[in-house]
Amino acid sequence: MHGEMHDELNVLIGGEAGQGLVTTGQILTRSLVRSGFLVVATQGYHSRIRGGHNTFAIRAGRKKLRAPRESVDVLVALNDETVALHRGELVPEGIVVADESFAPDSAIKVPYKELASARNVNVAALGVTSAILGLEGGIVRGALEDQFGKKGAEVAAKNAEVLARGFDWFASSGEKGRPLAPVVDKMDDDKVDDGRPRRLMLNGNEAIAFGAISAGARFCAFYPMTPSTSIPLALAAHAGELGFVVEQAEDEIAAINMALGASFAGAPGLVATSGGGFALMTEGVSLAAMTETPIVIVVSQRPGPATGLPTRTEQADLELVLHAGHGEFPRAVFTPGTVEQCFHLTRKAFELAERVQGPVFVLTDQFLADSYRAVDPLDVETLDAVGVPDEGVELKAPYERYRLTESGVSPRLMPGRSGHLVVADSDEHDEAGHITEDLSIRKLMVEKRLKKGRILEAEVLAPEFSGDDRPDILLVSWGSTQGSGVEAAEAVRARGKSAATLHFPQIWPLVPDAFLPHLRDAGEVVAVEGNATGQFARLLRRETGFGIEKRILRYDGLPMTPEYIVRGLESLGCV
Amino acid sequence: MVSVADYGQYETAWCPGCGDFAILKAVKKALAESGIAPHEVLFVSGVGQAAKAPHYLNCNLFNGLHGRALPVATGAKLANPGLKVICESGEGCTYGEGGNHFLAALRRNIGVTLLVHDNQVYGLTKGQASPTSDEGFVTKAQPGGALSAPFNPVAIAVAMRASFVARGFAGSIDHLTELITKAMAHEGLALVDILQPCVSFNKVNTFAWYTKRCYEIPADHDPGDREAAMKLAEEWGERIPIGVIYEDDRPSLESRIPTLSAGPLVGRKVDAKALALAMEKYA
Repeated sequence: MHGEMHDELNVLIGGEAGQGLVTTGQILTRSLVRSGFLVVATQGYHSRIRGGHNTFAIRAGRKKLRAPRESVDVLVALNDETVALHRGELVPEGIVVADESFAPDSAIKVPYKELASARNVNVAALGVTSAILGLEGGIVRGALEDQFGKKGAEVAAKNAEVLARGFDWFASSGEKGRPLAPVVDKMDDDKVDDGRPRRLMLNGNEAIAFGAISAGARFCAFYPMTPSTSIPLALAAHAGELGFVVEQAEDEIAAINMALGASFAGAPGLVATSGGGFALMTEGVSLAAMTETPIVIVVSQRPGPATGLPTRTEQADLELVLHAGHGEFPRAVFTPGTVEQCFHLTRKAFELAERVQGPVFVLTDQFLADSYRAVDPLDVETLDAVGVPDEGVELKAPYERYRLTESGVSPRLMPGRSGHLVVADSDEHDEAGHITEDLSIRKLMVEKRLKKGRILEAEVLAPEFSGDDRPDILLVSWGSTQGSGVEAAEAVRARGKSAATLHFPQIWPLVPDAFLPHLRDAGEVVAVEGNATGQFARLLRRETGFGIEKRILRYDGLPMTPEYIVRGLESLGCV
Repeated sequence: MVSVADYGQYETAWCPGCGDFAILKAVKKALAESGIAPHEVLFVSGVGQAAKAPHYLNCNLFNGLHGRALPVATGAKLANPGLKVICESGEGCTYGEGGNHFLAALRRNIGVTLLVHDNQVYGLTKGQASPTSDEGFVTKAQPGGALSAPFNPVAIAVAMRASFVARGFAGSIDHLTELITKAMAHEGLALVDILQPCVSFNKVNTFAWYTKRCYEIPADHDPGDREAAMKLAEEWGERIPIGVIYEDDRPSLESRIPTLSAGPLVGRKVDAKALALAMEKYA
């Protein structure tokens, strides 16, 4: 009944919105993570609540997986449109799992109407698919009960029954499965010594939310906008137990101003939005800089311009985030490439926002925001609350909020926390914070604010180089394309050329000394970006003089994949 | 004991004869009489001549963007509900640029005292119609006279059951002081729309114009009677009622957020254990 074991498999679940595809995908992903496998999940959906075509792809295996894969091993079709759209992606040995009423000849034909009512077909499909992958029924059942637990014990039990029917049907069907080779020492792998669970199933947005809390954030204001909404929702889900306040704002302008008010008062805050919402916030960015108020701004990119493709992915707001906010002031922009980096770079963002008292950005996108991974526990108990203001400062009256200092940073007090008066102003101001028309003070204040940029430069994260030194081909990437770049480099090596990736988890500031040698030492340098104009390549040329002419660009709304990069290299004549 | 002198005396950027002087006086008196010390109060203002007012007294201040004082005030109040937060700006800032935030603040009933200097014109930008300019008001921007109906802030506030709605007049400083004192003591969003002349750019709604029309709401008006309040709120023109129009005991937003019952968000230590436990649920 079982076929040979697979080191990794790519499962694609497809169907209409409303068929419970995401539920199936999430439970399957959690089952895989609890079984000890590593995963890269990729969600694709339309901007609607019912109908359309949605997909949930899970690439799972026991070795390190960093990117999506285009070819599909198991196509779980909840409707016939899925078969038509994705059959061509199947590997030669790949299979379709579908209802007998529309399954193609070579497929595993499931009599869903015998296993479940129309509402639970997705759970029956989960059972069948889990059995195909060789997963333990108990683990899947546990994951299902945790998922349905909030809906009550009865609902969970009913669904567990349907799940079991799916498993049993496959066991007795005589069909050949596609079992994943189990993780060695799986039972020991499941728990660390003190009995706490091993890996977490987290997506990029959840990691950002937890990174913020661990850094000391207390406030988030937001307006719902795909693909950023799951950040405030994750914060809201835990707000009570973790002492956090989430407020849904009337618009994005209110959101950023609220977060600035909270931060000014001493509660570290963040906002999360996408390009169009961020466009509304840009005056607020300028306000943060002028009043020297810390704030972390998360922009989760989707294709624009304007409303664009609300549910797809892109990397085309780099220039917007780099320049938004009238006037001149320093900023930092982090661009995490993995879910772990989403956590750690958000922490770094809070640390720097407080340190330089200004706006710091975390730039992500729909692909990473929605991409579940198996993450090693983040040891939060060993991490400091790096974004919390220091209230231990002793100062003499009269307190001057914008006292000129060597570093440009003035000691920051919060209103009502001492006998001192704290005055902040969006007008140009004197050291005391009051409006000034004195142009020599103006000049000093411009220089004060810009001087803080030196701290950001000193703290910059160098780009990550991985692969062969002096490579034939160097792939330059930023943000969520990191994993695809690394796997593409592996594919290039398999074809006999040396290859490496240079990935930027921070695109501003740039400290050329840290990476120019890598660019100069490579045979050919290729920029990999999810936009049409090569925004980062152009930024690099602007700042360093080094031009990257060869570019692999993707702007169809879909994530960058290793295969897309390799095809691009072929077109460029590099491989 | 807090005295008016504790609030200091500062040179202003206002035109001689501006109604803002009287309002500033009333605000200082109200604060002193309420026993609120300068370091205990946070003023949040936007942009405009009125928005400069908090620079002219000793206080904590966040002078932000045009129209955006209320969201900043909301964020600050949620971060530290113990702070006395007063929003002070002009009507252009509060009802025009910031109109959406005015409505949202009324919905939230955030515990902020909202003092609006309402002179029915945009003064600092030199004389355009404002949200409360009467129809037909002639300016260089509206040379044929303003064509839009004026915004009625007190009627909107009563319709939204704001917790405290009052209208004052800069020409009646003692009456205004009392209104501001009452507003500051009231939980939730307390609005005082303060009529004042703009001597430089509004030649219609002058000090004399307001004096002739404003009358104090009689003592027998019950501010809890919403129907009566709405009638007063809609009265405008030859007779303009000033005083407390409406009062409601709707709880403030910050009093309804369980997290805040444990104290302000400011100064809390991260509970790493609780965070680790919360994250374990994702395994």
